[in-house]
Amino acid sequence: MRQGLVRALGGAAILALVVGAAGCNSGSDNDGGGGSSGGGKNCGYKIAFMGALTGSAANLGINIEQGYELAIKQYNEKNGADCIQVAKFDTQGDPAVAPGVARQAVSDPKVIGVVGLPFSGESEAAGPILNDAKIPNISPAATNPTLSTHGWTYFHRAVATDKNQGPAAAAYIQDVLKPQKVFVADDQSAYGSGLAEAVKAKLGPMVVATDKTSADGKQTDFSAIVQKIISSGATVFFYGGYYTNAGLIRKQLTAAGWKGTMVGGDGVKDPGFAKAAGNAAAAGTVVTCPCAPASEAGGTFVADYKQTWNQDAGTYSDVAYDATNIFLKGIDEGNTTPEKMNEFLKTVEYTGVANTYKFTDTGELDPQYLKVWAFKFDASGVDQPVQQIKLTS
Amino acid sequence: MHFDDLAHNWGPLTASGLAQGAIYALFALGYTLVYGVLRLINFAHSEVFMVGSYAALITWGFFGLDENSATPPTTEVIGYVVLGVLVAAAISGITALVVELVAYRPLRRHNAPPLAFLITAIGASLVISEAVGVATHRNQRGVPPLIQPADAFTIGNTHVTNLEILIILLTLVMMVGLDRFINRTRLGRGIRAVAQSPDTAALMGVNKDRVISLVFLIGGLMAGIAAVMYLFKIGTTRYDAGFSLGIAAFTAAVLGGIGNLRGAVVGGIIIGLFENYGSALFGSNYRNVVTFVVLIVILMFRPSGILGEALGRARA
Repeated sequence: MRQGLVRALGGAAILALVVGAAGCNSGSDNDGGGGSSGGGKNCGYKIAFMGALTGSAANLGINIEQGYELAIKQYNEKNGADCIQVAKFDTQGDPAVAPGVARQAVSDPKVIGVVGLPFSGESEAAGPILNDAKIPNISPAATNPTLSTHGWTYFHRAVATDKNQGPAAAAYIQDVLKPQKVFVADDQSAYGSGLAEAVKAKLGPMVVATDKTSADGKQTDFSAIVQKIISSGATVFFYGGYYTNAGLIRKQLTAAGWKGTMVGGDGVKDPGFAKAAGNAAAAGTVVTCPCAPASEAGGTFVADYKQTWNQDAGTYSDVAYDATNIFLKGIDEGNTTPEKMNEFLKTVEYTGVANTYKFTDTGELDPQYLKVWAFKFDASGVDQPVQQIKLTS
Repeated sequence: MHFDDLAHNWGPLTASGLAQGAIYALFALGYTLVYGVLRLINFAHSEVFMVGSYAALITWGFFGLDENSATPPTTEVIGYVVLGVLVAAAISGITALVVELVAYRPLRRHNAPPLAFLITAIGASLVISEAVGVATHRNQRGVPPLIQPADAFTIGNTHVTNLEILIILLTLVMMVGLDRFINRTRLGRGIRAVAQSPDTAALMGVNKDRVISLVFLIGGLMAGIAAVMYLFKIGTTRYDAGFSLGIAAFTAAVLGGIGNLRGAVVGGIIIGLFENYGSALFGSNYRNVVTFVVLIVILMFRPSGILGEALGRARA
């Protein structure tokens, strides 16, 4: 009798799990079924977002997702509710999770474009899957230069690469901070180590020592690297990585009495850095970004974003907004299959709120539109623009 | 291999390593006590530590202190630190007791095989860390700057900070206190008796359940204190903060001789020192590699750990 009961309960539990999982899956990529509620326009398609919505660098992914969703919301206001559907996929910023998520996204026939992936490591991992499925994708944030060297015809990038950002950061260090000694470290991620190498190459003999940390979110005690930085006598510390690790290192550096300046890349450009370090320690930290300040964004973007999400636009929110709008423009002009959309991306020249976009034949942004800015954290934990850095490469 | 780095920084690395080692030692006590008495590896102990750290932060939060507050005056700081330590120790102790009551006691009643204990321990660890993770959105939480690091004294190029001295002193005090407790009091004798032979101890009139709860409580209290020290040293905590520290602390317990209280201290200090030396020598990303290589080497030559003897044997 007991055995029978246990078996019945177990069977019911398994059934519930299966039904729940099936329900969950269909929920995430079939919101509302075949949406033909649009008014005669090209409706019923999806543009997917793939990126970190949870995890230690989630803020960066969420900023982009909110820019993307704002663009779709505004489009649906003009063209009918649910005309274009939102389809968000969480990769946790992890290259190990990204491929599975990418397969899920491309299996939906309604998806004709992807805004993502924000991080270089996950872009590297999911790129082949998106390319094989022939889904055009625009990354609003991945900066590793090697992404466009794989011959992915469906890959596009809306920002400058670390080939621009790295030397720009180094130039800022040399021309503005003018230290004698620099310490460079990275978190061994595709993005972090790529950027750190680019900076090291440009700074040359100014770099007195280097080190590596664990991946973002995997380490909290940085006393060894702090010790190394202090004993190296460096007055500038460049870190290739994301804001959580960077913030913790900055905090522990300040606690150990180091008075130098920390410099980071776009992965550190987030209020999460000041949250991890404490506003007092974070103040004065310089970060570069192949993006213009959100305040420079044209139109009503800044106000619209604030009104929709009740927070200020973050890093790359404006670029994601533009990338999504490029897809939407393509849909407007009748490019409603992934093939036609990719052809459209080859020739489009679109002026959005953050920049004008035109893609080269490898998917990179046309060199005339590349830009890198320097920002500095102020005493209240917000990164303020300092200047645009002239690109020499 | 950066020998010059190691040689040049030997002093600061040693000071930092001793402080880190003291935290590991306090943390390792929980593992070693529970193993000595129950022959059980209490994986949930790392979450007991993490919960204690959050308890201290929430308490300070009630007073309006967060990572961006200004440092209060010294008299208030002493009050806050003492309060934080007491609350963290209490909450950690209670958490440890609850884990014992809910996860392990039912298994003991049913004479479950050791594997069941192991799996339950891992399960309890995951339940607590994931619950806290969901509640905190997996964000980290900063520590109010209560203790401003200042150099207490300088030897050569080594600046020994007030925080490092506080951690080491506190650990020494707790260790001496615990040693006295185990060796000189009636309750301590009960613990040693149950560690030697639970059934014989029961025959001699020792309340087994009470002793086991006491052991969990003591481990929890130590972990809570270690958690507050950790907060001051590292400056943040997160739902998974217990995990990597737990691995290092468990390694320290094994290294010193699992079941041996003094061994936990020796193990903790060795791990703390070698982590730092290893990072200087090979690079920070080799930290954990160095820790485990040290463990393997020592176990190869002395399988029962450095101090070897268990809790119940002749000397604790």
